[in-house]
Amino acid sequence: MSATPVLALRGVSKRFGAVQALTDVELEIHPGEVVALVGDNGAGKSTLVKTIAGVGPADDGVIEWEGRPVRIERPHTAQELGIATVYQDLALCDNLDVVGNLFLGREIAHAGVLDEVEMERRARELLATLSIRIPSVRIPVAALSGGQRQTVAIARSLLGEPKVVILDEPTAALGVEQTAQVLDLVERLRERGLGVILISHNMADVKAVADRVAVLRLGRNNGTFEVRSTSQEEIISAITGATDNAVTRRKARTAEASK
Amino acid sequence: MSTDLTPEDAVTVPPADPRLLVREAGFAGYWQEFARKLRSGELGSLPVVVGLIVICLVFQLQDSAFLGAENLSNLFVTAAGTGLIAVGIVFVLILGEIDLSVGSVSGLAAAVFAVLNIKHGMPEWSALILALLTGTVAGALHGFFFARIGVPAFVVTLAGLLGWNGLMLQVLGSNGTINLDDSGLVADLTNYYFSDVAAAYGLATLAVLGYFLAALRDARRREAAGVPSRAPSELAVRTAALAVPAYAAAWLFNQYKGLPLAVVIFVGVVVVFDLVLRRTSYGRKVFALGGSVEAARRAGINVPLVRMSVFALSGTMAALGGMFLASQINAANQSSGAGSLLMNAIAAAVIGGTSLFGGRGKTWSALLGVLVIQSIASGMALLGIASAVQYMITGAVLLAAVVIDSVSRRTQKTAGRA
Repeated sequence: MSATPVLALRGVSKRFGAVQALTDVELEIHPGEVVALVGDNGAGKSTLVKTIAGVGPADDGVIEWEGRPVRIERPHTAQELGIATVYQDLALCDNLDVVGNLFLGREIAHAGVLDEVEMERRARELLATLSIRIPSVRIPVAALSGGQRQTVAIARSLLGEPKVVILDEPTAALGVEQTAQVLDLVERLRERGLGVILISHNMADVKAVADRVAVLRLGRNNGTFEVRSTSQEEIISAITGATDNAVTRRKARTAEASK
Repeated sequence: MSTDLTPEDAVTVPPADPRLLVREAGFAGYWQEFARKLRSGELGSLPVVVGLIVICLVFQLQDSAFLGAENLSNLFVTAAGTGLIAVGIVFVLILGEIDLSVGSVSGLAAAVFAVLNIKHGMPEWSALILALLTGTVAGALHGFFFARIGVPAFVVTLAGLLGWNGLMLQVLGSNGTINLDDSGLVADLTNYYFSDVAAAYGLATLAVLGYFLAALRDARRREAAGVPSRAPSELAVRTAALAVPAYAAAWLFNQYKGLPLAVVIFVGVVVVFDLVLRRTSYGRKVFALGGSVEAARRAGINVPLVRMSVFALSGTMAALGGMFLASQINAANQSSGAGSLLMNAIAAAVIGGTSLFGGRGKTWSALLGVLVIQSIASGMALLGIASAVQYMITGAVLLAAVVIDSVSRRTQKTAGRA
């Protein structure tokens, strides 16, 4: 793992009128690392993602991209830096085929005329490198299963050659087999050296693929855990606030270490 | 998946998933795919083609003049005006919206042309261009209120239906009817025929050859890029499927006065806009908006601009269609663009297979649909049946088309395709 994080948030705060949504939040993403962002409803996960994606810029604090401070005011800026966001509600066009969806908004065209052959070739290449299996790249995405749609949505975000991918609840509403497909894909993103921010409510998923877990509670950091050395209960109590002081947390840690 | 895998491919391509849709090569493969599409509700143009054949058979049995060269040639020429308006409607329907103003806009354009050309003595070409621009501006205005202000398209274009009709009456002035120059440019739109036999056959040959070469080039490029391509046998079948109606139509037109100019323009417009829809990034954006506005917006598509452009296009096509309709009666009068024109144009697009739910459709449905409507009108006129019955039958056909659209959409949903 390299020393400089590809993306770092330092003391990020965000206020909506009377509500302090985020207070001094810190977060670091390294290349080739999957960071799970967890927290209860209203903990500020979505707000945090929006500040990174440029949808709702932060009021205060610094965002560092590869070590230098940047301002992300618009979604376009985030994309240009190399931050791709896959939202929960997929944002695919049901009536277009897989190729059409992958290249939507960045079609390969010569003087306005689409180069379908080149797009299909690149689409197949991309799906093959990600080991994504779909019936055909020429069927409407409406015909795909939920998991396949999710993998198409993730593959779509990779076309811009991003360095950080934000996945907002990628496995919500998916079946067992489909969840496995998506988690496989997340691991492949890590192998390709991308930093991944994975927002999830599902502790099993988090334990399965994440390297670190960042817990948000009421808009503040409530601990960052190495997944390998942390029990699920510890993460859950950090989410719910059951262990909201350093003493209990250290106690739990020494107890586990002595096991 | 129709190409055979070469040994190199076998190495690079991972073992096929059993769920992949692999199509067998050869005609069994086409038939299989066709049957699969039918079962999952992707009916395409099949219902309207079957309907057209049934209509032709019924009228031909009643009166043998129906399929005669004169009747069919006139039928095509009469269909051009409404058909051109329907092409614009197809674009609007793909967005998932509706344009109710096209009848009034077509009447307004005819009135503008007549006043500029006849009353003010403006040259025909400039008057024609200004008339078409009137349609563009009217459509762009609808688009502006819909896309920028957020008024439902239904209401905006309903206001347009009333407003533009009023403006047309104002423009025409007190006497109400302006006769056009009966040897002028607009008169020629529906009255000029390429009487040389070679014209019709030449154009048919050009179309078939052009299609074949384009398809062959595409197949070659696909093969070179290593993506599935159409087998030569499929290319041959498709070219033949185009050649038969093309030469039949050419032969038919030559039996009467020759190739009508109106048909050349109408079919030309259908072909050009078909390519725009399927082969350009603009067309892709229009379809994307019909599929999911939010997805289109997130993909960086300028949603208001595309919406406005589609309504502007619809207005322009309405104006062009209005020219053809004025050409038929050689006049612009107070009833231009009134009556059943609006309903016929929308019905043509829907009967031809463009979905009312947005996201699915092609310009060819305007051609097929308007032929159905015009066949019914022409056949009824031939048999001397009153227009009351004609309206009822056209209404029933429209209902049938919408039912097919809804049912096929439901089948597609259960087959996971909508």
